Amino acid sequence: MEFIKTENLSFYYESEEDEIQFDTVQNVLDGVCFSVKRGEFVAVIGHNGSGKSTLSKHLNAILLPTGGKVYVDGTDTQEEDKLYDIRRKVGLVLQNPDNQLVASIVEEDVAFGPENMGVEPEEIRRRVDKALKAVDMYEYRLHAPHKLSGGQKQRIAIAGILAMEPDCIVLDEPTAMLDPKGREEVISAITRLNREQGITVVLITHNMEETVDCHRVVVMDKGRILREGTPREVFSQVEFIRRHRLDVPQATELCAKLQASGLKIDKLPLDAKECIDLLSEVLI
Amino acid sequence: MSTLLRCDNLCFTYGKGTPFEKDAVKNVSLDIRKGEVIGVIGHTGSGKSTLMQMLNGLIKPTSGAVYLEDADINADKSKLRDVRFRVGLVFQYPENQLFEETVRKDISFGPRNMGLPEDAIKERVKRAAEFAGLKSELLDRSPFDLSGGEKRRAAIAGVIAMDPEILILDEPTAGLDPMGRDVLLSQIEAYHNARNNTVLLVSHSMEDIASIADRVLVMNKGECVMFDTTQSVFSRSAELEAMGLRVPQITKITTELRKRGVPLSEGILTVEQAFDEIRAILKKEGRI
Repeated sequence: MEFIKTENLSFYYESEEDEIQFDTVQNVLDGVCFSVKRGEFVAVIGHNGSGKSTLSKHLNAILLPTGGKVYVDGTDTQEEDKLYDIRRKVGLVLQNPDNQLVASIVEEDVAFGPENMGVEPEEIRRRVDKALKAVDMYEYRLHAPHKLSGGQKQRIAIAGILAMEPDCIVLDEPTAMLDPKGREEVISAITRLNREQGITVVLITHNMEETVDCHRVVVMDKGRILREGTPREVFSQVEFIRRHRLDVPQATELCAKLQASGLKIDKLPLDAKECIDLLSEVLI
Repeated sequence: MSTLLRCDNLCFTYGKGTPFEKDAVKNVSLDIRKGEVIGVIGHTGSGKSTLMQMLNGLIKPTSGAVYLEDADINADKSKLRDVRFRVGLVFQYPENQLFEETVRKDISFGPRNMGLPEDAIKERVKRAAEFAGLKSELLDRSPFDLSGGEKRRAAIAGVIAMDPEILILDEPTAGLDPMGRDVLLSQIEAYHNARNNTVLLVSHSMEDIASIADRVLVMNKGECVMFDTTQSVFSRSAELEAMGLRVPQITKITTELRKRGVPLSEGILTVEQAFDEIRAILKKEGRI
């Protein structure tokens, strides 16, 4: 059963000038049919301006389609009186953690969402603790967010969303501003939430190495979906990915080059470990 | 090669004398030679950005000194302006600092402040835009109408237009897509090659650093813990990982294969190099 579904979704930003010149209006999204099943972990990749961020903002009704439909758990996002419900079901995490933290104590920040929802204090306490444990930040609950590292701040932002108990989390380039360790912390927290708690995840990213553990990769270009498949299916098409201004992991790239020079490789590796195992067998 | 920029026991403490006192940079001494491309890595809060801001006199060290060709840059306040023209600093997310009506005006802001004549300014804007990969038709647009990648390039062009001998870029590729990143890195290289300009590049992307740097400076908790050739630094993967850093994936793969007995060079930094060496082995064995 599809949890999120878009039907021929189109969107353009309206010009600020009064007269819209229709011949110059460019669709940022152009007939996107995208769906996510409950419990799925989907990565959306594409170069700057491909429409992936705009798509993500449609998934919890921050933007509304100019054409087509978006359904969240069966509800049309254009039904205004359901807005609250939709935002409770789908939480959005953005690129810069500093723009998403509001309180001066970690646990107060995480409690902000459920407090606004009118959740009972005892229940808030339970949710905050659970959310902080889920992202492995419980021991920092009494710290000041601004003194944490980027990866820690981003995990607090994720905990803040989790405390609203959403069915789905959408993350728009959550690791773009983080150092390598921070990146790993955030990606492993997201992966755990999906695997252990069954939370549906939509991850928007430029970093291909972050997508190798997801169920499905969707490639966007010029406001359309170009291709989708398992990470292995998508990244095996090294030439195609390159042509669309994207990267494949270095492990995949190396083996694709060896394959092209005549080495027989049945299954291209996606990460360092697979690549080491494969080349050890060939070379030793 | 002669030393161009030298740090001697550089320290910086934020909030000195308050309960929030924090040592951001501790006892950093290093020499940067003319024409080098230096990669700077370190975890968030390791002091990289603070160090970079001291190199052009934007913040004054708590103790220690920065020498630009043997002159202490903080010795004479009236000369600091000239230091900033010679040491150009591009901040993180520089596109947030675009402010003029047109891209052209924005890029010419620096050279105009240097007091250059109008035709020289024109020439500099043109060349800086070329280096940064900005199409000339964008020059008369408002900077706010540009795409994210174009804004980034316009902001970098604004610093390049001052023609600094030392160009410092603080995470210039953050948030750019792979193609935007490759284009920007090759333009930085072009700027370096054009006049043997010195470049310092701060990045969280080990792959970027591996592809461009001659030497790598590693900051950890405010201290400079390594400063060596790119190859030597990335052959110390265990130490880097302990500091929250990584080596490029290709280096990790080839280092492990080498450990298992495959005759590969130490500290391989690019996919091309790994490919060439592995292909040579396979050819020699008649496998391909």
